[in-house]
Amino acid sequence: MSEPGDLGDIVRPYADPPPGHVSDSRLERVLRSGRFAVTAELNPPDSADPSDVFDAARPLGEVADALNATDASGANCHMSSIGICALLTRAGYGTVYQISCRDRNRIAIQGDVLGAAAMGVRNVLCLTGDGVGTGDQPGARPVFDFDSISLVRTIRTMRDEGVFLSGRKITRPPRMFIGAAENPCIEPREWRPERLAKKVEAGADFIQTNYIFDLPVFEKFMARVRDLGLHERVFILPGVGPLASAKAARWMRSNVPGIHIPDAVIERMEKAAKPAEEGKRICIELIQQIRDVAGVAGVHVMAYRREHQVSEIILESGVLAGRRPRRRVVGQAQ
Amino acid sequence: MYRVRLFAIRKARSFEWLYRRLEAVMVACDPLFRRIGYNRVERPVAFVERITKGFLFDCRMCGQCVLSSTGMSCPMNCPKQLRNGPCGGVRPGGFCEVIPEMKCVWTLAWQGAARMKGGDKIREVLPPVDRSLQGSSSWLRVSREKAAKLREAREAGRTALAQAFPNARVIEPASAPLAEEPRRATTGDTRK
Ligand code: SF4
Repeated sequence: MSEPGDLGDIVRPYADPPPGHVSDSRLERVLRSGRFAVTAELNPPDSADPSDVFDAARPLGEVADALNATDASGANCHMSSIGICALLTRAGYGTVYQISCRDRNRIAIQGDVLGAAAMGVRNVLCLTGDGVGTGDQPGARPVFDFDSISLVRTIRTMRDEGVFLSGRKITRPPRMFIGAAENPCIEPREWRPERLAKKVEAGADFIQTNYIFDLPVFEKFMARVRDLGLHERVFILPGVGPLASAKAARWMRSNVPGIHIPDAVIERMEKAAKPAEEGKRICIELIQQIRDVAGVAGVHVMAYRREHQVSEIILESGVLAGRRPRRRVVGQAQ
Repeated sequence: MYRVRLFAIRKARSFEWLYRRLEAVMVACDPLFRRIGYNRVERPVAFVERITKGFLFDCRMCGQCVLSSTGMSCPMNCPKQLRNGPCGGVRPGGFCEVIPEMKCVWTLAWQGAARMKGGDKIREVLPPVDRSLQGSSSWLRVSREKAAKLREAREAGRTALAQAFPNARVIEPASAPLAEEPRRATTGDTRK
């Protein structure tokens, strides 16, 4: 039995980042070393049982360098991102703490960033958040005190300048690898790369995008990104995911904000004898094509309710090139 | 009004020009405003601002106007009040995620900015809105800021002198003054 106050087993010591790094995040290390990184989105449980979190993480953990814990995505209530990240970090997983600007103001968010860092979370993803109207509680008050870009700048200020936005000093700044989102296939397409430039300017270290189903549009986006030189200043992880069926794809397209699926993809799903298998195939092909686009640093897999397919998809795509991102034993660096 | 707002964005370049003129006038009025007291002019100016900008841009009187950096498309009309660009939920055709019949204010903003001379300002990262300024006049805030900056530039010489002779400042404060001179105290009034 350990003494109260002796937390060596549960809490990771607050390590300084290795040279040339902004955090001691495993994801950052993989990316900076030039290896192709994989992140995966975790479906948060509607439960207070920690074993539900671990069950959800297990099928993703063997192929992902970090797991994204969504923050009430689609404005639906689930277990909080910070809670999930705290549990998974202790179990040795790399985690990405997602913060949506929809539900909390600047006071709450800056406090949570410190709390997350103290619990060992080393990656944070700054999001605007879907409107409350799309979720299960449309009567909620939308906050949007920050927007995703001012949030990125705020966390960078906390990390690099060691102060809150008010100027008050932080004695131990949160050493976080800061992420932001992009949605290359959505209007206004011609300005999306410019918006990405703004996020990089604000301080983003990595970018995870929404689903890419339209490769030509994505390639055009990346061409502009390379023209602006952004791929050298930020790590870009395009989003991918397997479709379950043509019907599900159509539903997503018209009901989930910010999703663009070309008709050709839906037709292919429609014609398939085994739609789930076809969805997986399309996903693998997309990952392989995306990997070959210049300036791409990894992929972000969002396989809502198809988590069981993630391992196979990543392994069959061959992007890990034999690498096995296993979770680390507690106590070691994340 | 939505229609007028769309018109203002189409005419972003003319409004940009108009805004620059207005700003120059407001800055020129600074000595007058200071004499009357900014506190006293706040209410009437805010009233005029609310009426005109409300009509032209659907202004919400956030008090920290950024129209010149957003293609004359007021970002406070975005249901998420984003100050730095569109969210990831814009609908096909450039319509808003939350209000589907309205054009995304940020799609319009980039179009407006492309028409403006200083349109590049849209690339600047803007801070979150200070909600305590809601309802106050942005025009006065801008003119105050600009005027203060001009004053500061004019006084740079005197401040530099005070800093170059720190000990003189301590033993004989009047020999290297730092505080702002009241208008009537000096003969060579460099401030207009
Ligand atoms: S940015 Fe603020 S002050 Fe300017 S038009 Fe919009 S609400 Fe009014």
